[in-house]
Amino acid sequence: MTVVLDWLFDPYSFEFMRRALAVLLIVSVVGGVVGTYVVHKGLAFSGDALAHSTLAGVAIAFVNGANVSLGALVAAVATAIGIGWTQRRGRVSYDTAIGILFVAMFSLGILVISRRSSYTPDLFSFIFGNILGVSDSDLLGAAILGAGTLLFVLAFRRELTMVAYDPAMAATVGVPVRVFQYALLVLIAVAVVVALKAIGIVLVNAMLIVPAATASLLARQVQRIMLLAVGVATLSSVVGLHLSFHANVATSPAIVLVACALFAVTLVASSRRRAVVTAV
Amino acid sequence: MRMGTAHKHGESGEHELARDPLPPGHAHEEYALHVHDLWAGYPGHPPAIEAINFHVPAGEIVGLVGPNGAGKSTLFKSILGLVKPIRGEVHAFGQAVRDARTEIAYMPQLEEVDWDFPVSVRDVVLMGRYRAGRIFGRWSALDHEAAAEAIERVGLTSFAGRQAGELSGGQRRRVLMARAIGRGARLLLLDEPFAGLDAAVQHDLLEILDGLIQEGRSILLATHDLSCVASCSDDVVCLNRRVIAQGSPANVLTEEVLSRTFDRHLLTVGSLASVAEGTVMFDEHDDEGGE
Repeated sequence: MTVVLDWLFDPYSFEFMRRALAVLLIVSVVGGVVGTYVVHKGLAFSGDALAHSTLAGVAIAFVNGANVSLGALVAAVATAIGIGWTQRRGRVSYDTAIGILFVAMFSLGILVISRRSSYTPDLFSFIFGNILGVSDSDLLGAAILGAGTLLFVLAFRRELTMVAYDPAMAATVGVPVRVFQYALLVLIAVAVVVALKAIGIVLVNAMLIVPAATASLLARQVQRIMLLAVGVATLSSVVGLHLSFHANVATSPAIVLVACALFAVTLVASSRRRAVVTAV
Repeated sequence: MRMGTAHKHGESGEHELARDPLPPGHAHEEYALHVHDLWAGYPGHPPAIEAINFHVPAGEIVGLVGPNGAGKSTLFKSILGLVKPIRGEVHAFGQAVRDARTEIAYMPQLEEVDWDFPVSVRDVVLMGRYRAGRIFGRWSALDHEAAAEAIERVGLTSFAGRQAGELSGGQRRRVLMARAIGRGARLLLLDEPFAGLDAAVQHDLLEILDGLIQEGRSILLATHDLSCVASCSDDVVCLNRRVIAQGSPANVLTEEVLSRTFDRHLLTVGSLASVAEGTVMFDEHDDEGGE
């Protein structure tokens, strides 16, 4: 028993682990809630594009000595608005337009970084995630952005659902559909930035799609899916964090792999259950 | 449904082709809907509908018929402000449509809706209760009551908790109709509510519409189904980019008007009276020359 308790609580004798846990809880809540829209509106590719676009902001801010997270936020929100614009009036297909925005912003980031000859570990922590390097100010920033995201979703959950389900009807009853279509993309951008330092550009989209996809196998209604997705994300984060601590491996891939394993198990279990129900 | 009452309109026996519109600024309140000189379309294309004039008298069902591409959906969307009109005026109960949102309920075609989005039948019907301008808004007890009543009316009470996307096509239409009914609006705009439904389900929905008219509500109904329009509408508007004719079914559903509306010869079987009674369906010829 004590072995288990030690395994569970020992890591938190370190302050960086307590901070890591705190930021992961914020990431799990925001990722689960926003991810539910991402999964059910087919926005996984947009999420990936938003994540990669942050590299441009991160690099430019870093080179100029500005706040790197703020740079990431500006780049992600600008890309979200760009995606929203092409969605409405693009002359090429939606995913082609996103793909172009994605590579343009990512290339800009790499280009700016390439101008610096010296090794830049801080930048690499943004690309692959560095949960143990999360500072108090990173935590505060994530908490503020996370709270803002949750408040927005709570305040406008009816409007967000109506626009997602039936935009034409929503417009006829006075919902400003275009505003909420942009708002959803900005929410995804903010969720990406919340998780960026902890999880890294390359894997951050996983925190949006994997827990929400798992929850979608278990529930059929937006609010329930959101709650379950938050639960799955939290479980994946905590288990992944402990695995990485005890096995001495990188944290964000450990978390993502746990989340993917939970998805796989749920997928098999739910299809079996369905098979049984069908057979009966 | 005023089934068969269409006869009474036919007594004058004259065609009312493209009825004279009321002059602008003369939108009477007794008209649930008044459309004056409406032009609308999409950027970079010629107008999809031109010079549209018609009205829906309060307490009546008006059927809107026309071939695919005639502009029925564009007309609906421009009435509702979803497509910005190039010119023209639309009034509901004497008010601009944007000021009369609570008086109008819209039932879109099934394809407009994302059926994969995880919401229950009850959630969907509650959407009809939406009133703009309340953040942190919750559905009130009254909203829940109205939604439950509308769900019961379309016979889906036992499905209220189910995910809407799990239902069949006919049930999905009933969900959207319940949402339009639950809004409590005086004017309902229904876009193809009967498409793909079998006769029995169609009959049930017609009964529901009949009940709405008895309550004094007004309905504009777009459909392909001429027999339905002939039997259930007080008035018919034939549309093919322009209004070809508006009038009672007996006056308007003539071979001449329908040929002009559908741009081809339509085979009409039997007398006009039997058409008006809804016992005869118009059959569309695929082969233009065939009789």
